[in-house]
Amino acid sequence: MKKFSHDPLNIVICGIGGQGNVLASEIVASTMNDMGYKVAVGETYGAAQRGGSVMSHVRVSSEEEMAVLIPSGEAHIIIGFEPLETLRIARKYANKETFIVYDNRPVYPGGVLKGIMEYPQEGAVEEEIESLCGKAYVIPAADIATEAGDSRSANIALLGAFSKLPGAPLGTDELREILKQRFKGAVLEMNLKAFEKGCETVKEEE
Amino acid sequence: MKWYLTADDPGKVCLLQGNEAIVRGAVEAGINFAASYPGSPSSQVLGMLGEIAEERGFYAEWSANEICAIQACFGASLANARSICVVKQNGLFLMADALHCGAQHGVKGGLVIVTSDDPDAHSSTNEFDSRHTAKTANIPMLEPTTIQEAKDMVPYAFELSEKLRQVVIIRLTTRVCHGRSNVALGELPKEIRKISNVGEWDRLTCVNFMHKPMLDKLDKAEEIFETCEYNRIEGPDFSENLVICGGTGRLYAKEAIKRLGAEEKVTLMSLATIWPIPRKYVLDRMKAAKRVLVVEEVDPVIEDAIAALAGREGINIKIMGRGTGDMVRIGELNQDKAEDGIRKLLDMGPRTPDKPVADLPAREMNFCAGCPHRATFYVLKRVLRMEKVYGCSIGDIGCYFMQGQNGGFYSNQMDNCMGSGINVAEGLGQLTKYGLDQKVITVCGDSTFFHSIIPGLISAKFNMSNVILMILDNSATAMTGFQPHPGCDVTAMGKPTQPISIEAIVRAIGIEPVVADPFDIDDAVAKLRGLTKKDGTQVIIMRQPCATLMSKRVKVKKRVYVDQSVCFGDDCGCNRFCSRVWGCPGNSWDFKAGKAVIDTVSCVGCGVCAKLCPSGAIKVEGGEE
Repeated sequence: MKKFSHDPLNIVICGIGGQGNVLASEIVASTMNDMGYKVAVGETYGAAQRGGSVMSHVRVSSEEEMAVLIPSGEAHIIIGFEPLETLRIARKYANKETFIVYDNRPVYPGGVLKGIMEYPQEGAVEEEIESLCGKAYVIPAADIATEAGDSRSANIALLGAFSKLPGAPLGTDELREILKQRFKGAVLEMNLKAFEKGCETVKEEE
Repeated sequence: MKWYLTADDPGKVCLLQGNEAIVRGAVEAGINFAASYPGSPSSQVLGMLGEIAEERGFYAEWSANEICAIQACFGASLANARSICVVKQNGLFLMADALHCGAQHGVKGGLVIVTSDDPDAHSSTNEFDSRHTAKTANIPMLEPTTIQEAKDMVPYAFELSEKLRQVVIIRLTTRVCHGRSNVALGELPKEIRKISNVGEWDRLTCVNFMHKPMLDKLDKAEEIFETCEYNRIEGPDFSENLVICGGTGRLYAKEAIKRLGAEEKVTLMSLATIWPIPRKYVLDRMKAAKRVLVVEEVDPVIEDAIAALAGREGINIKIMGRGTGDMVRIGELNQDKAEDGIRKLLDMGPRTPDKPVADLPAREMNFCAGCPHRATFYVLKRVLRMEKVYGCSIGDIGCYFMQGQNGGFYSNQMDNCMGSGINVAEGLGQLTKYGLDQKVITVCGDSTFFHSIIPGLISAKFNMSNVILMILDNSATAMTGFQPHPGCDVTAMGKPTQPISIEAIVRAIGIEPVVADPFDIDDAVAKLRGLTKKDGTQVIIMRQPCATLMSKRVKVKKRVYVDQSVCFGDDCGCNRFCSRVWGCPGNSWDFKAGKAVIDTVSCVGCGVCAKLCPSGAIKVEGGEE
């Protein structure tokens, strides 16, 4: 069994209801379970309506029994589907060693559209995310996915980027194999396209 | 269907969600009967049981409400069946009378209730604590600390129920229901328990002479709990500092103790047997300790029980917890909150506070894109404002609870509990004869109508109250995930059945219902406005299927887009009607162009906004059902 940089290894996946958050956490968690690790997942998605803030906590350990929530300041990896949600989570869970991969395409909260609330100024969200963690990678996941054929593959593009991070519990080859087991036909093809593009984004930066 | 729910593979370790663990536990216990009404966070349990019921040879149903569910389980128990009833905290409170009577008459076949509390009210209007019910009804209650235990406790609870001939309750919280973790599967039963005919002299009757036997059962339960393997001690066996945990509290406290490096200084007791408390087990440790901290979800239930125990035994000990304010009074637990309490227990001084930062804009709850409720409340608000005196609007429980928030145009003035709307409105409607000079309108969903509206509507009609009931018929129990209800044509086990007509029921009560389509806004306004001119009890059915349900049925959705050459932007005078007032997640704003835009990812293609745009800039194209 592979030893992790931290044990338990804590991953937060955050975004907006309907973006594929839960599926992404389920793929990582069930794979780690099948590999024999201890796993704990906590999903926060509130009422059934779409469009609210959602987050999944995924914790992996080679021996320890864990609660399903991650303590504040102890996330090692954050995967963000939306910049504002990524910042919300980074403020609570990131530390100076945390790696972040996130899509910086904003989805405006209703309050912002209605003019009741203000969205932070352009660049301010990115800047603060950078300042809160060890290293942040911006992944245009929704664009990658739309290009691959369906905006719903954004989660797979982010998983690709995630697999390239130092300290990721699952490598690119392992995750690619899992996608091949999970999906079939045109959906698989589309997801693989999004996945490879996501992988490249992190490689290019290095 | 998930293979691991029924797999015959003992010892296999799978990643299970808490709700799945309950299903697997029920299968391993060899249940005969299951009944439920959906309530988050445990809504998914009965849906999964329904899918595997036929394969595993048991019966599963979505009952019309929780009282129907528990009493059906009592019936099954009389024929020696093992039955499970799944509810959330509100459902447990709704069935209070049935439960108290049931505890007095007891059971024959095992009967286990799984109740799920929702600390922090993630998908509830409240964070009530189910554990009080165990105490008032004199029913033994268990609470797991992990998802593995959630599964293992189901067969254990059935054995206990049959040993005591009493109902047993398992209390879960959201973090268990919606959490996932490794679970080792247990053995499947060799054979399912036999149903037996009800004997001439079989009796399960709530009569007062059963009071004493009921209390004897509770004493017997306590005796069993003294050695229950789910109660455990971690860290030093005895010490001055005792932490007693219930449910999720155990792992939070354990991690907090580790983070503080206090593993040698604290005795960590985890109590899975919430009621009755095994007094000897607890007292042994309390006598050795100087201070106790209780880490539990929601109310100070264990804390108060051990405080009473310490008082009765004359033990001089400091007891800390949510009741004393040494732990947070409200909201769900986590490691940080447990750490705060343990720091106080050990006199360690508080954590470094977080740096204050400017708030980020929150994502308020809103109706989904294309939701018919948005149109309904738009209609309602318009009609209420047409009156000389703004009308009085009373809400109920379902997705449409958001009526009171921005997404529902802040269009309600009162919301009590499920099924309350018609009754609250009935009372107000009577006062229109005593000086209340307003129209009174209340709403309910289709599932809520069957759940608890019908008696209220009968009461209103019989007593001639001046009230309008709007039934929001979206053909689904949408809020909890599309479980079928009596207005649907399929049961929990997938069997076709005859849907029950809302109109027929309303007519039988003596009211001629008006039917409107909320998406046909002008017509719906005219129809509702027409009813406000009438006296007596009136019903309008707003019929349009749930958008999420419809988007699953549509092959190619309609393309809705903004022709930005037609949109006047902020010069229009509409005050960005689509994105600011209408507020559908599909209606966004192009800040660069200063014009409206459709968020094509969210939009489901209902096209209602196109009818409302004053400049006709929103276009609809194509689509295929």
